Amino acid sequence: MNGSIGSNGAAVEVDGLTVRYGDLVAVNGVSFRADHGQVTAVLGPNGAGKTSTIEVCEGYRRPTSGAVRVLGLDPADDQRRLSERMGVMLQDGGVYPSARVRDTVRHYCALYDRGADAAELVDAVGLADRASATWRRLSGGEKQRLSLALALAARPDVAFLDEPTSGVDVLGRDTIRSIVRDLADGGCAVVLATHELDEAERVADRVVIFDHGEVIADGTLDELRRGHDEIRFRSSPDIDLASLAAETGLAAVSVGSGEYLVRVASDPQVIARLSGWLGTHGHPLGDLRAGAQRLEDVFRRLTSPAAPDGSADAAGRSTGRRRGGAR
Amino acid sequence: MSRLGSQVRTELQLVSRNGEQLLLTLGIPVMLLVFFSLVDVLPTGTDEPIDFLAPGVLALAVMSTSMVSLGIGTGFERTYQVLKRLGATPLGRGNLIAAKIVGVVVVELAQFAVLVPVAYALGWSPPSPQWPAAAGAVVLGTVAFAGIGLTLAGRLRGEINLAAQNGLYLVLLLLGGMVIPFEELPAPMRAVARALPSGALADVLRATLADAGSRPGTSWAVLAVWAVVTPLVARRLFRFDGQR
Repeated sequence: MNGSIGSNGAAVEVDGLTVRYGDLVAVNGVSFRADHGQVTAVLGPNGAGKTSTIEVCEGYRRPTSGAVRVLGLDPADDQRRLSERMGVMLQDGGVYPSARVRDTVRHYCALYDRGADAAELVDAVGLADRASATWRRLSGGEKQRLSLALALAARPDVAFLDEPTSGVDVLGRDTIRSIVRDLADGGCAVVLATHELDEAERVADRVVIFDHGEVIADGTLDELRRGHDEIRFRSSPDIDLASLAAETGLAAVSVGSGEYLVRVASDPQVIARLSGWLGTHGHPLGDLRAGAQRLEDVFRRLTSPAAPDGSADAAGRSTGRRRGGAR
Repeated sequence: MSRLGSQVRTELQLVSRNGEQLLLTLGIPVMLLVFFSLVDVLPTGTDEPIDFLAPGVLALAVMSTSMVSLGIGTGFERTYQVLKRLGATPLGRGNLIAAKIVGVVVVELAQFAVLVPVAYALGWSPPSPQWPAAAGAVVLGTVAFAGIGLTLAGRLRGEINLAAQNGLYLVLLLLGGMVIPFEELPAPMRAVARALPSGALADVLRATLADAGSRPGTSWAVLAVWAVVTPLVARRLFRFDGQR
C-alpha cells in the first residue's frame, strides 16, 4: 500500500462537508472517515446526500464548505494525482455502448501507470467468455461486473463503488461481493454507496447512514445494533398479546400477519418462556430469530420518523448525529 | 501504449464499428459525388458537374466528420456518462480532446484518400490545384465545425443532439454551396449561405482546387471567424456531465 494517506491514517476523511445547489442544501456539515482494509458502506434514502458526498470525494464536485481528503490529497485540486490510485464505479453507464468488453478493459488498464493486467481483470470479474461482447449486448449483471472491472483497472488504494450489485442476479452478487471483500482485504479502502442493506450487512466493516443531508449514524455493524436485541417469530395471527405480556412479561408487537417482534435481550430463558406460553395456549412457533437487529431494522429505526417501534429512537434522531463507535 | 494512443485507438475502433457514422462520413459523400456526376441534374454552371461537385463534396466530408460524427458521438458519450467516467482517470481533458482531434484527422484523411481518387476517376482534372492552401482551409473548417458540433453535444440530451446535428447537417448541405451553387438560391438566402461555414469552406476549396471560387477572400475571412468563434463558444458551454 502506498503512503500519503491522511494525517490520522484514514484513506478518506470528510470533515464538515456542505454541498449546496442554489438554495438547496444537499449535504449539511457531514463528517466521516473510511480506512484502508475496510469496506465502508454509505447508506441512505434517495436524496439523502450520498451521491453528492461521494462525487466530492471523487473530485467531480467542489464542496461549498468543509474539507475532504482522499489518500491525503484534495480531490478537486489534486484530481490528476488522485485518479492514478482511485477506482470509480458509477451507478449507471460510463462505457461506450458499442465497445467490446476486452477492448474497454484494455483501454482503461492503459490509462494508469500501474494499471492491472486486462486479461486477468476480465477473468476476475467472470467475463472471460463475454470478452468479445459489446456493452449493449451485456445483461444488467454483466454490465455491473464490467463497471467493477474498470474501477479495479487502477489497482486502486481507494475505490468508490456506487450500487455495485444493482440489477445483478444472485450468483453475480456473490461474485461482486467476493471481489469487493478481496479488494478491502488487500488493503484498499472501499467506499460502497448502496440502497441494498443486505449488501452492506454482508460486506461492510463500517456503516455510515445519511438522511436529509446529514450523517445520522456511523459505526461498525455491532456498534449500530448494540442495545437493540430482539426476538422475531411467527405464530397464530390471533395471539392475545395482553395475555402474553401479563403471563410472561414479554411485550410483543405484531409486525405482520402472524409475525411478531419482542424487543428484549435474547437469552435462552426468555425464549423458553415464550415458547412455553405459546405451547400452553396451543399456538405454533416458527421462524424464530433471536439476536441483534438486522441492519434493515436499524436503518428503518433511524430514518423513518413514523417507525412503529422507534419512538425512543425518533427522539434520539432529533438530537442529531449518533456515532456508533469511538474514533 | 500511452494514454493518448489508447484513447485514439478507442475512438477509431468506435468509428469503424459504427455503421451510421461510416454511412455519414463516407457513404453519403461518395454517393453524392458519383450520382450527381453521372446524372446531370444539378445546375452547376460548369461543363462537367464533377468540376463543381468535387470541392463541394470534400467540404461536405469535412463537415460530416468534424461536426456531425464528432458531435453525435460526443453527445452520446456525455449522455452515457462515458466522459464523466473518463474524468475520473488520469487521461485528462487535454488527452481526451487531442484524441478526438487525431480521430477526426485520421477519418478525414481516409475520406480524402477515397474521395479524391473517385473524383479523378469520374473525370475531375483541376488545372493547378493548390493542395497546401486547401489543407489550410480544411483545418479551419474542421475547427469551425468541431466547435459547432461540440457546442450542441455539450448542451443537449443525446437524442435531441442527434436530431439537431442531422437537421443542421441538412441545412448546411443545402445552403452551403456544396452541391447547389449559391447563384441558384434566392438573394436573401444567398447572403446567409455565404456567411455559413459550409458555404465559406466550399467556396475556398473551389478557389484553391479548381480556381473557381466566387468570393474567395471573403470566404477565407468568414471561415477564419467561424474557426475562432465556435471553439470559444464550445469551451464556454460544453458540459462533461450529462443527463439522460
